Amino acid sequence: MPQRQSSRTPKQPQRVRHKGQTDLSAWRKGGRIDSEKSLQNHESANNDSQEGSLDQALSYLEKVQNRVALKKNSVLQKHLDAVESTALTQGLPPEGFEILLNVALNGKFADTVNTRLLKSLIPASVIPENSVVKAVSWLCVGKCSGNIQLLFFKWLITVFDFIDRKEQLRALYGFFFFFLQDEKMCPYICHVLYLLTTKENVRPFRIRILLDLQARMGMQSHLQALLSLYKLYCPELVTITLPGKMKTYFRNSEGPWKAAIAAVRQRNQGTSPLSQAVFLGTSRPQSRKRKWNTQLIIPASSSSTNNLREDRQKNGVYLCSTNEFFPVEQLQTFPQLLQNIHRLEFPSQMGSVLTNPLLLHYMNCVKDESIYLRLYYWMGQMLQEECTWCVVDNPCEEEFRSFLETIYKSECFLQEGFSACEEFLYKTLPLWDGVNCRSEVLKLITWIPLSSSSDLKSYIYDPLAQLFFTSSIYFKCSVLESLKELLQNWLNCNVIQVDLELSSLNTTLSGLVNAVAELVHFVGWISTVGLRLERNSSFLLYFILDFYGTVCDMYLKYSLPLLIMPPAGVFYPALLSMDSVNLNQLCYIMYRYRTNLVAAKENEVTKKQMMQFKFSDQTYQEYNQYLTAMVGCLWTSSAFQKDIHPQGLCMDDELLSKTAVKEVKTSFNIVYHPAMMGYSIKFLQQICPDEPTFNFKLIKGKKWDWYLEYLYSQGLKGLKVFIESSISRVSQASRRKAENAEP
Amino acid sequence: MAARRGPARGPTGARFERRRRAAAAMAEEPPEDGAARTLPSLRQLSRGLFNLIPSVLFPPQENLDAQKTAFVLRKAWTLYSVTPLYGFRRGCLRDYARLLSAFIAAEKQKGLAVEVGVELDIKVALSSLADLRGSELDQAGLLVQLSSRSRASSRNSEDKLLWSGWFCSMFGDDLSENVPENFTCLPLFLTHGAESYTALVGSWFQKTFDCCFRRLAISPLNLSWMVAMWAGYKLERAASAVELVFSMPRLSHPLDISYAIHPEDAKALWDTVQKTPGEITQGEVAIFMDCLYAHFHRHFKIHLSAAKLVKVSTGIASAHCDGIVKILHSQYLPGVLMLLTELAISQIQ
Repeated sequence: MPQRQSSRTPKQPQRVRHKGQTDLSAWRKGGRIDSEKSLQNHESANNDSQEGSLDQALSYLEKVQNRVALKKNSVLQKHLDAVESTALTQGLPPEGFEILLNVALNGKFADTVNTRLLKSLIPASVIPENSVVKAVSWLCVGKCSGNIQLLFFKWLITVFDFIDRKEQLRALYGFFFFFLQDEKMCPYICHVLYLLTTKENVRPFRIRILLDLQARMGMQSHLQALLSLYKLYCPELVTITLPGKMKTYFRNSEGPWKAAIAAVRQRNQGTSPLSQAVFLGTSRPQSRKRKWNTQLIIPASSSSTNNLREDRQKNGVYLCSTNEFFPVEQLQTFPQLLQNIHRLEFPSQMGSVLTNPLLLHYMNCVKDESIYLRLYYWMGQMLQEECTWCVVDNPCEEEFRSFLETIYKSECFLQEGFSACEEFLYKTLPLWDGVNCRSEVLKLITWIPLSSSSDLKSYIYDPLAQLFFTSSIYFKCSVLESLKELLQNWLNCNVIQVDLELSSLNTTLSGLVNAVAELVHFVGWISTVGLRLERNSSFLLYFILDFYGTVCDMYLKYSLPLLIMPPAGVFYPALLSMDSVNLNQLCYIMYRYRTNLVAAKENEVTKKQMMQFKFSDQTYQEYNQYLTAMVGCLWTSSAFQKDIHPQGLCMDDELLSKTAVKEVKTSFNIVYHPAMMGYSIKFLQQICPDEPTFNFKLIKGKKWDWYLEYLYSQGLKGLKVFIESSISRVSQASRRKAENAEP
Repeated sequence: MAARRGPARGPTGARFERRRRAAAAMAEEPPEDGAARTLPSLRQLSRGLFNLIPSVLFPPQENLDAQKTAFVLRKAWTLYSVTPLYGFRRGCLRDYARLLSAFIAAEKQKGLAVEVGVELDIKVALSSLADLRGSELDQAGLLVQLSSRSRASSRNSEDKLLWSGWFCSMFGDDLSENVPENFTCLPLFLTHGAESYTALVGSWFQKTFDCCFRRLAISPLNLSWMVAMWAGYKLERAASAVELVFSMPRLSHPLDISYAIHPEDAKALWDTVQKTPGEITQGEVAIFMDCLYAHFHRHFKIHLSAAKLVKVSTGIASAHCDGIVKILHSQYLPGVLMLLTELAISQIQ
């Protein structure tokens, strides 16, 4: 498992250099001369004395020949103090470890001294592997006491990630393994082995030894941890089921070092890498007892135990093969993914990718049909089995809800819908009550892939329409929001696909155009009805116009040769809306329609290849009718005369006069429009603060321009772009007209 | 409502698409409580029968070695559907058995590691059932047996069979013709023995081959199909009565009504209903059931059509709506399994 460890080794960028502080990270480059140089260069004056004394202490300790007692030796005392204080403040340089480990383990000093020495072994940057290997060799000689050995192993576990290389240490695996027999040391040795184990280390004889230990000592968490690591590498040799409850598998072996190391790292570099948890997540905590075959719990990623292809060659005798596969359990970081992407294998249960973003990344790169098929079967069965509105007596809505949410998140991540989920929606939307898991279902709808229109109609649109008409306004808004996202997802996919496969452009494009057209018409229809049901609610209108905010830009933004105007049932309520937000949005949408239509017209003239997707004249005609109505309403105060839309505002003068409303004609221009009245009053207050009554007729001529500026400054950007694009050319004439219209 | 969905541009390309089309009828599989919500998959059911009935209604005897399949008969089997097994290799059965037996041991003593391959309390045997298959595309069946090792007694004493389960596919072409190579389609799984063992074996298969198990309930409509089909089969020796068990819904106390008919009467009735030998239609099944209901009503003034059919038994086999079947006659084993395979496939897709 070199990958995991190498990523554990601190890899902070080495650029940061604080003045007056040792650039300890330079040591990590491995060049001693370099590091010493940098040490000297960057050592500030006040550290010199301490550094000097550390050097002296090291050279003293290096030369000690005979057993020395501490009590009578003030020189030793002084040097020991120097080592300790340096260690605690700055940490020790790499070259110090060999000397100190040597001294601490060769038994020349009493245990108290050795303990103090070991406790002060705090790395400033890295620990040379050599020094550790030498230290281990001292253990073989047996000169130090059991307590010191134990302390050494605890130290080794704590600083494992600081050791610069581990190859030689790994070569000593068998030696460490031998120490397992020592009952006191066993937990720590297990931990060391846990850190060192690679696939090659897992051998049948070792498994047997561990099982013997297990038989002797009973269930021990450290043995469980090591054995489950063995299982991870060689499921064909050993297996273990960890108890459901998670617990710590190794006793706290940090000893006195962890805090000190963290402090030193903090001082030197800022962050500490010492926070890797042992990964043993073979089972997830289960919320409640469930049947074995209906576990909604998404399986934890675990390597496939089905690697028997090697078995064939091995033929009974275990020959350690190459580290062919990288166990997914160990995949924790993105760099690991990049390093191992060629020898990564999907987990034994594909469902687990849903909760693992790294595997989702991987899934994105691997185009293998079986991945999707495995996911398809699993997800399909889970959805059917757990669907809260199809399966009777299914009380766990919460779980199902979060399951759907997980699926949705993965879909967003992959930017594509899962086919199992699509089928699930087709199957169950007709049965859905619109309440169960509402927001999750509506989110999943946004990732329904484009498909034939008849299916969409009968399985998605029809059931949705039924619910839409019979549910609250909030539900209506949520449905519109979902459909907007569905449209955007389709359009985005199209943009990508056009880039990918130009050859099949025509077939896919016409399919897309038809499906999109159908969706837009569907939304137009339910919007018209919805507005009537909700008495032209501004809230609902906002969501409807939001949808058309995407529709009006399909040609330019998504290069889709399709533009569909909103139906009159949407346009007129928006035009006569009571609030300025919607009116402003309508203006913006009309401006975008104009821009798109103009662009289409130009392309039609210049580029012949787009001819097959010529917009129908009806679209232009509709746009012009709406534009006439809008300009007539907001600008020229002639809506009732000029509107030529069959469902428009056109009315006889006679009929109008019967309403007994004064100033009928101007009542929807930008001054009198109910949505604008607030602005015109505010404006009048500003220009004639002394006038007690509001004389709206003042707003004309130059003041009309000021008023426009005022409106623009109030954030009505949609109005601005609309007026500037659609009215400016005739503005002079029309203003004169407007002025004339006012008596 | 056959959902033949059009040009879905799934991520998985043409083959996947083909599979989905073949699976098109899935959308109409009824939820467990049946007719209350949607119409069941008549079309698929009858189509399957149309295609295959000549060989199935009168299966050639030599296809099945009676001895090898004898273990199947006269036992209550609990039904499951299983999605295709991924990465299953027929050549590794012995290895699988070792892994599974270690897995069972490890699960039973959570927290203790178990060496794979050593002798354990529970012996696992996996074997192929080469005879249990219908078409060329079907995989041979797979038998899993758990037995307890008799420790005290000598080697030659028989191990006690604790649990058995088998996977099979009988004319499951709808599923198998469309999956890629590394998938093995054995959509029907039948177990006999303690549920706890089913759970252990099932979890191991789920983990190892990334498949999903689901209980396979049989809807009342499918039960009526079964009784009609099986009532029409010829039997040499005197068969037991054809029995239908109904449960009355919405009663404070459960009330079951058992309706038994002499097998010859049932066959005679069916023969008058069925128009073309070798073909069965939903209409015929409905007429058959209606006749039985009418007869019952004349005598007892009870409308059985308002009750829920929960169990049918004939001389061929018996089936309970909870998904438990008992097959009595080896001659018609393929026919029964074919129907069950079809139900399993429709639950998977």
